[in-house]
Amino acid sequence: MAAPLAGRRPLAVRVRKTLAHNWQLYVLVALPLVYLVIFHYFPMYGAQLAFKKYRAALGIWGSEWIGFDHFIAFFRSFQFQRIVRNTISISAYSLVAGFPVPIILAIALNNSQTRSFKKTVQLVTYAPHFISTVVMCGMIIQFLSPSVGIVNKFIAAFGLQPVGFMGRPEWFQTIYVFSGIWQQAGYASIIFLAALASVSSELHEAAIVDGAGMLQRNWHIDLPAIMPTAIILLILNVGNLMSVGFEKVFLLQNTMNLETSEVIQTFVYKRGIAWQPPNFSYAAAVGLFNSVVNLVMLVAVNALARRVSDTSLW
Amino acid sequence: MMADAQLGERRSIRMSRGDRVYSLFNHLFLAFALLIVLYPLVYIISSSFSSVKAVLSGHVWLWPVDLSLDGYRAVINYSKTWIGYANTLVYTVVGTGINVVLTILAAYPLSRRDMAGRGFIMFLMTFTLLFHGGLIPTYVLIQKLGIMNTRWAMLLPTALGVWNVIITRTYYQSYVPSELLEAAKIDGASDFSFVWRVVIPLSGAITAVNVLFYAVGHWNSYFPALLYLHDQNLFPLQLFLRQVLIINDIDADMMHDLDTALIDEGRLGLMELIKFAIIIVASVPVLCIYPFVQKHFIKGVMIGSLKG
Repeated sequence: MAAPLAGRRPLAVRVRKTLAHNWQLYVLVALPLVYLVIFHYFPMYGAQLAFKKYRAALGIWGSEWIGFDHFIAFFRSFQFQRIVRNTISISAYSLVAGFPVPIILAIALNNSQTRSFKKTVQLVTYAPHFISTVVMCGMIIQFLSPSVGIVNKFIAAFGLQPVGFMGRPEWFQTIYVFSGIWQQAGYASIIFLAALASVSSELHEAAIVDGAGMLQRNWHIDLPAIMPTAIILLILNVGNLMSVGFEKVFLLQNTMNLETSEVIQTFVYKRGIAWQPPNFSYAAAVGLFNSVVNLVMLVAVNALARRVSDTSLW
Repeated sequence: MMADAQLGERRSIRMSRGDRVYSLFNHLFLAFALLIVLYPLVYIISSSFSSVKAVLSGHVWLWPVDLSLDGYRAVINYSKTWIGYANTLVYTVVGTGINVVLTILAAYPLSRRDMAGRGFIMFLMTFTLLFHGGLIPTYVLIQKLGIMNTRWAMLLPTALGVWNVIITRTYYQSYVPSELLEAAKIDGASDFSFVWRVVIPLSGAITAVNVLFYAVGHWNSYFPALLYLHDQNLFPLQLFLRQVLIINDIDADMMHDLDTALIDEGRLGLMELIKFAIIIVASVPVLCIYPFVQKHFIKGVMIGSLKG
């Protein structure tokens, strides 16, 4: 290859040489790049909407610049505290309740020596991941319905009064988090199982010879093997503490549980798109605030992880 | 695999009493996980095959009661089910096609270590995972492009998944030997023909992974449709599902075909029955193929976990 030689030549020559050599690669990547610029980078440019008084006729660029007015209005609104609090508490709750489950499941699956049973558990527990959000939320509402829901039938069987779960704000986050665990824990265990599969069997054999029981081997061999993966996922989760997905919250919320179910993303949707008349700039400001906080948190958590351990995203 | 099985045997022979107890609890835990996931699924299937009366009076616990197809009859006679199905099929097939082509176009050049500017393009891609312009600027863009309320709004904004590009690139780097490229170059092959004749035929596995991930994504998505579509004739199945399951808005025409003269309570029961049946009708395609393609999904997650 001519690469080592090229390093000594002037830039223009090098560029021409690379292009002559690899131009087809750039042709291939052109279409994906166009997509990236239009559908990802143009909206980033459009985020300046947040600092403007948007009028459709004037466009994003032509609309009047008003600085941080929308942000200040948002920070001062009574909604601000509530939706930020809900967003953080939903993700923190998901993290604390949900993070250990796939790890425990993976270790338990890895311990099992009954091959067919293990396969069955895997097949069944991965399946809910493929259920759509709409169907999942439909199932939740159906199961928890006070009139025909199976959960309330169990409650009634114990002689207790039925509970209208979906209309009770105090239940919303628990429903959201535990249905999420039900749906995702199995699938999320795959990545940990992969880490466990890479543990050499000699390590286990040696431990058995030394008289280590199953529990000890789980603790001293399997858990450390999972650690790097777990830390990466933990970084991602903590970094995303302020980004609760819109889709499921939106479908599960109703006017009665808004107090605990309104999160930043649903608020942006309602103000910006569903609201009459839509308030694009204000909603864009709230959305931009969210994006920036997410980016800062992810970078900060990653830096922290790099300092205290060897594992980080980049 | 062999070593694993042997090790397994050795372990079970040498199991101490403590290990036997531990193993018992281990299996009980797995059985619990199995049941807790399985029960709601079985319950929905059973309810969907039960009669209106059985569902309403709460007699269904595990197996269907008064076997009946009333729910399915109502769902099948409902015109929107078919509009939704047809639209979803279009979005899934065309969308996945676009996705897979763009993914290969992006992943191959990025897998070539001799491509100048590759790091920069990679950065442009991964940065979109960290930061995005947001809902509203994207919405404005869709308006500006003039694709609001058209099928394109369902296909273009999600034309490429960055995560898929990353796993595909990783796969090419590890499974397409660079000797092949050198040999092809000596034979005078261009990069285009190398991708077409060597890379794609050699990497069927990763293409299958991509097809499945993208297809399931399209089949299950409702959010872009909620944002960008107003015309009911363009709605994917998931939006009609939302109307029935979440908003509880069931058209009268879903009911009137039934021969039974329904009293009010019967109508209420039928609405509940329809919900169970429509959940099954919408999920069956994915859940039916899932056991056969499970290994591809696992493979995808595993390649994705490699740091490339």
